[in-house]
Amino acid sequence: MDNANRILVLFAHPALHKSWVNRRLIRAIGDLEHVTLHDLYEAYPSFHIDVKREQALLLAHDVIVFQHPFYWYSSPAILKEWQDLVLEHGFAYGAGGTALAGKKFLSAITTGGQQQAYSRSGANRFAIRELLAPFEQTARLCGMDWLPPFVIHGTHLLREAGQIDPYVRSYRLLLMGLRDDTVRWDGLSEGEYLYHNLERVLGPSPVTDHA
Amino acid sequence: MHDESLFLQAFIYLAAAVVAVPISNRLGLGSVLGYLIAGVVIGPFGLRLVGQEGEDVMHFAEFGVVMLLFLVGLELQPSRLWRLRLPILGMGGLQVLATALLIAALAMGLGLAWTMALAVGLILSMSSTAIGLQSLDEKGLAKTDAGQSAFSVLLFQDIAVIPILALLPLLAYEKADLGGHGPALNPWLQAVMVLGIVAGIIVGGRYLMRPVFRIVAATRLREVFTAMALLLVIGIALAMQQVGLSPALGTFVAGVVLADNEYRHELEGDIAPFKGLLLGLFFLTVGASIDFGLLIERPWLILGLVVALVFTKLGVLVALGRGFRLAWSQTLLFGFALAQGGEFAFVLFSFATKAKVLPESLTAVLVAVVAFSMLLTPLLLIANDRWLQPRFASPDEEREADGIDTSDSPVIIAGFGRFGQVVGRLLLAHRCRITVLDHSPAQIDLLRRFGWTVFYGDAGRLDLLQAAGAAQARLLVVAIDDPDKALEIVALAQKHFPHLAILARAQDRRHAYALIRHGVSLIRRETFGSALEMGIDALRLLGVRAHRAHRIAQTFRQHDEAALQEMATIEGDDALVIARSRQLTHDLEQLLQADGYSISADNDQAWDVVARRGLSRG
Repeated sequence: MDNANRILVLFAHPALHKSWVNRRLIRAIGDLEHVTLHDLYEAYPSFHIDVKREQALLLAHDVIVFQHPFYWYSSPAILKEWQDLVLEHGFAYGAGGTALAGKKFLSAITTGGQQQAYSRSGANRFAIRELLAPFEQTARLCGMDWLPPFVIHGTHLLREAGQIDPYVRSYRLLLMGLRDDTVRWDGLSEGEYLYHNLERVLGPSPVTDHA
Repeated sequence: MHDESLFLQAFIYLAAAVVAVPISNRLGLGSVLGYLIAGVVIGPFGLRLVGQEGEDVMHFAEFGVVMLLFLVGLELQPSRLWRLRLPILGMGGLQVLATALLIAALAMGLGLAWTMALAVGLILSMSSTAIGLQSLDEKGLAKTDAGQSAFSVLLFQDIAVIPILALLPLLAYEKADLGGHGPALNPWLQAVMVLGIVAGIIVGGRYLMRPVFRIVAATRLREVFTAMALLLVIGIALAMQQVGLSPALGTFVAGVVLADNEYRHELEGDIAPFKGLLLGLFFLTVGASIDFGLLIERPWLILGLVVALVFTKLGVLVALGRGFRLAWSQTLLFGFALAQGGEFAFVLFSFATKAKVLPESLTAVLVAVVAFSMLLTPLLLIANDRWLQPRFASPDEEREADGIDTSDSPVIIAGFGRFGQVVGRLLLAHRCRITVLDHSPAQIDLLRRFGWTVFYGDAGRLDLLQAAGAAQARLLVVAIDDPDKALEIVALAQKHFPHLAILARAQDRRHAYALIRHGVSLIRRETFGSALEMGIDALRLLGVRAHRAHRIAQTFRQHDEAALQEMATIEGDDALVIARSRQLTHDLEQLLQADGYSISADNDQAWDVVARRGLSRG
């Protein structure tokens, strides 16, 4: 496991006691080897982010995951504060700012709206990939590889453990795949993202191809 | 030399307890079995160290049960008791009724007359409060469903003793002279007296005891308070006996009345050791009184009756447990805890013999059966623990922890002055239950008038922390204003309740260092927070924008707290302390200048891609 990728999950949820889905998600990945779960609202309850510590954490990992609920087409406030402070000029971008170059970036988000809502004809008018453009461009500007996001839609409809289980399992498998570099991204088509279609990028060769 | 024999007896009983109980505990058998076995060993069928006087000692030791019920009452606020009315009347009533009838039927099957059978049934339907509650408590199971149900049933039995005592003489096979036993009063007069005494306990407990406790507490002499507590229990027991009621019931009522009292934890702390010793003595005498001679003479009869008694009671209890929707594991625990004859059986059998309800030859056998069933209970509970429970233990359901445990108060706050109050009010606002200890009677009075639940007591005493529930609590907030005392409490809690997370109020830096060296990780200096807030106010008045002033203060706080931890380890070497603190001050200045939001013109240029291209081209 020496050449395993080290994964940093920057987790932001201001009201975790109300989000069963996110609680399940973080519990499912907490024990994974080479995965560091960093709960920002827990670490910085008054938003006083320790920039040096955060930069050191970034340097020590190969894959950076932003895990958060999708609030107003973006992240909860602390993650924005984190970007404003930690992604410094000269560290993350600009002259000499190459600390993050070559790392991978993944957005893992949960949305209240269902998948259909995120389309031209839907209530939100834009696709998830379009709305995540600021994150994508942030990653690119820092020289990171932007990965197709992992999205769980319609979280308020997931009321029973059985409904959440498949997502929780997928998320864990995805992080394991990123860690061991076994994800086959070419399984996804342009503009597609990870929802409940993970079997195409994870695990043994997809059976459907031979059908 | 009466004195000498008293000391000798005390020596024998105490030595037996001190030797047997630790061994029994180490073997995982619990203290009750240890006492019982020790009793057998020193008894007439063992080393013959104690003999006939055992009976007297037993009557004395039964007072332990009275104290036990007083303590149980103290834990039960009237509101909680009201919530238990269904299990007490329903479960307790059905248990006594069903067990009594079943045993009576069995006894008639064995050829007893119906009057005798009924008497035996009623007497054997009692279970042992001492053994049942003590065993459950020792395993920390008193607050479980099974524990609560067992308690309810036992409480009903305690009440049922009174009508049973009244009923037994009616079953007599020949007219007996009961002179001397029970008051020969006119029933109406007796009823009035009973009501009067109960009302007296309630009114006295509500209104009279508080000022009395306050006066006694103000003397600050511990032994006077202890004497007061004992006086209270003994006085009530005497009064109840005068009107022919069970002393245990009377002290239980007194306990319930005093459950809201601010001196409750102090009372508990003072009575508990006496209760423990007397109960221990009671178990010892039960062990010593077991008649092995009878067992050797008629082994199959005795053993058969013991098995029949235990299984009949167990059957009824299990049916009740399931009927009242206890889980299987709880039902079994409930059943095994109460499947024995009780200490009341001894009293009732001797009464029944005198009242000519049962012949002596029969009661001798039955007393032995009850004693053996008591001996069997700890063994059955162990068997239940080891072999039966694992089958029912459901793998822990994925329960969502809601962060705050609401069953018992998870937080103890020691010291409820201007510091502890803020902590307590914040927790209460979040609906977290707290137990508050303070040792100033005046302060307690004041707080009580504002509707706070505060208990009198010195948190530096182990028994008081215990009574306040330190064994079950999760946090201990040490908020008293005496720095040395605070260190004492911390050391005490760390030694005896290592599971408690300790939060300590530090008076100043030096006190904070001492607390850190004691291994307390959560320390707040009492003036630091508000001084920092005022620093922010000052910065703002100087024209610094609010958010920046806030950030500066936060950086300052972080730095200062880290410095505090570091300096605690080097305190003592003055030169080193001064040098290091200069260095830290310098570091802080640097840190504040390099604030995260120092966005310079360079940074903006980096974003102006068009301008940059222009530059490189031009």
